[in-house]
Amino acid sequence: MTEAIRIEGLRKSFGDHEVLKGIDLAVDDHEVVCLIGASGSGKSTLLRCVDLLEPVDAGRIWVEGIEITAAGVDENAVRRRIGIVFQAFNLFPHMTVLRNVTLAQEKALDRTPAGARATALSLLDRFGLADKADDYPDRLSGGQQQRVAIVRSLAMDPDVMLLDEVTSALDPVLVAEVLDVIRGLATTGMTMVIATHEMGFARDVANRVAFLDDGRILEVGPPEEIFSEPREAATRRFLDRIIAAGRM
Amino acid sequence: MSSPEVSAPQGQPGLDPRVPMGDRRSRILGGGAARNTWIAVLSTVVFFTVVGVLVVRSPGWPTVRFFFFDGAEFAYAFPEILSKFGQNAFIFCTSEILVLVFALLIAVLRSLPGAVFAPLRIMAAVYTDFFRGVPTILVIALLGYGMPALGLKGLPDSDRFWAIVALTLVYSAYVAEVYRAGIDSIHPSQVASSRSLGLTRLQTMRHVVLPQAVRRVIPPLLNDFIGLQKDSALVAFLGFNEALLRAQIIQANDFNFTPYVALAVIYIAITIPQARFVDWLIARERRRREGATEL
Repeated sequence: MTEAIRIEGLRKSFGDHEVLKGIDLAVDDHEVVCLIGASGSGKSTLLRCVDLLEPVDAGRIWVEGIEITAAGVDENAVRRRIGIVFQAFNLFPHMTVLRNVTLAQEKALDRTPAGARATALSLLDRFGLADKADDYPDRLSGGQQQRVAIVRSLAMDPDVMLLDEVTSALDPVLVAEVLDVIRGLATTGMTMVIATHEMGFARDVANRVAFLDDGRILEVGPPEEIFSEPREAATRRFLDRIIAAGRM
Repeated sequence: MSSPEVSAPQGQPGLDPRVPMGDRRSRILGGGAARNTWIAVLSTVVFFTVVGVLVVRSPGWPTVRFFFFDGAEFAYAFPEILSKFGQNAFIFCTSEILVLVFALLIAVLRSLPGAVFAPLRIMAAVYTDFFRGVPTILVIALLGYGMPALGLKGLPDSDRFWAIVALTLVYSAYVAEVYRAGIDSIHPSQVASSRSLGLTRLQTMRHVVLPQAVRRVIPPLLNDFIGLQKDSALVAFLGFNEALLRAQIIQANDFNFTPYVALAVIYIAITIPQARFVDWLIARERRRREGATEL
């Protein structure tokens, strides 16, 4: 197996607050890694750094064997190969669903309008959104909007998908439809790094789970190991709190 | 109220959940719609009758009526002035089109990130500060008298040309600030999601930020345009034969100020519909936003 992502010694501060304190992580092709940990532990920042949405202070990141933190890298080209989906969907509100999905295909990948449209419609159809193509995002439910956001990223044929707490802004009844989409993606072999608070989902879908605490990865391992017999006391405390809160 | 099932929208704690939204709103505004209309009409009629009576019964009213509200003078001056108003319309329409483009350029320059673009940002900032600080009539006078006086070959010397340039320069400074407020109001997450799809900074500005920003600032932008239309009268200062100068000439010939009233009527007739249109746009935008959040 080859490596999809390799992260070494990644550090990131906002002002004098250090959010990432030296992250090392490698993700294989077709692997699904879930990042768990309390809010503020650095999950989102880690994903944003991998997509170069935040400049990195120190450390190196490779995607598909190419260092993206090297000087002179075309960051637009890097971002085209990495899909990221955000907690708050971030669809473009002034465009129809279809246009949301075709815009970057045409402008960043130079696909023809007809080609982009065909790709968009087949993906929307696959995720049960075919009848929403001509609607504006504010006519859609949160779950539908998040599925559109996933489709928008997938349409770029990314090597890797990064999902940043994609169900945290959703009504509980809408969470399942989005998680089902992600499960479906995992079965197609999509490489994914998923920051999530849904522990049951992480246990199901992840090949490995990484526990972040205060800007460091405290432990990484198969879900059954992390959830059943964590090595670190901090992991155990975190999981106990999650169980007490009824989230697992 | 009638149905206890009607619940308050989320995020509005403290409101009685049994009272439907519509009723609560109309009660705050004061009762039934038909009754309200009657009260409004009545109080308006009473108010303006009182004001009218006071003005008409004032000691100087006959003189004022003679010099400002002379029916025959109005009938003569109005078409004369209206025929010159076409010049004003040409000046402000041309300026508005130029302002739309030029102000956008200034606003985009001012919104460029990064240290490399500091000189452009500073230039744009100096420009807006300068032209918002100098009275419009001075800019018109300086350009209108000064530029032709340079005697440079190829430089037009028409008053109308320099009036358009002056109004464009001044109002671009205001409208650039309006655009910039719109650009700043677009949430950074929109930029992040556009950039994450591999769109360049320029493509993000063009396809994601500006379309949303411009839509948001249409009402304040139209307000600035109303100001520009009124300021087209300042060109009279250069001796350019437009509506205000025409009114001045008639006033001087006839020793009567009614031509000014006639011009005021023309301005009001074109600006008030625009002001109402702006209000309507704002109300529609608010309704749209409320409708969206209730989904």
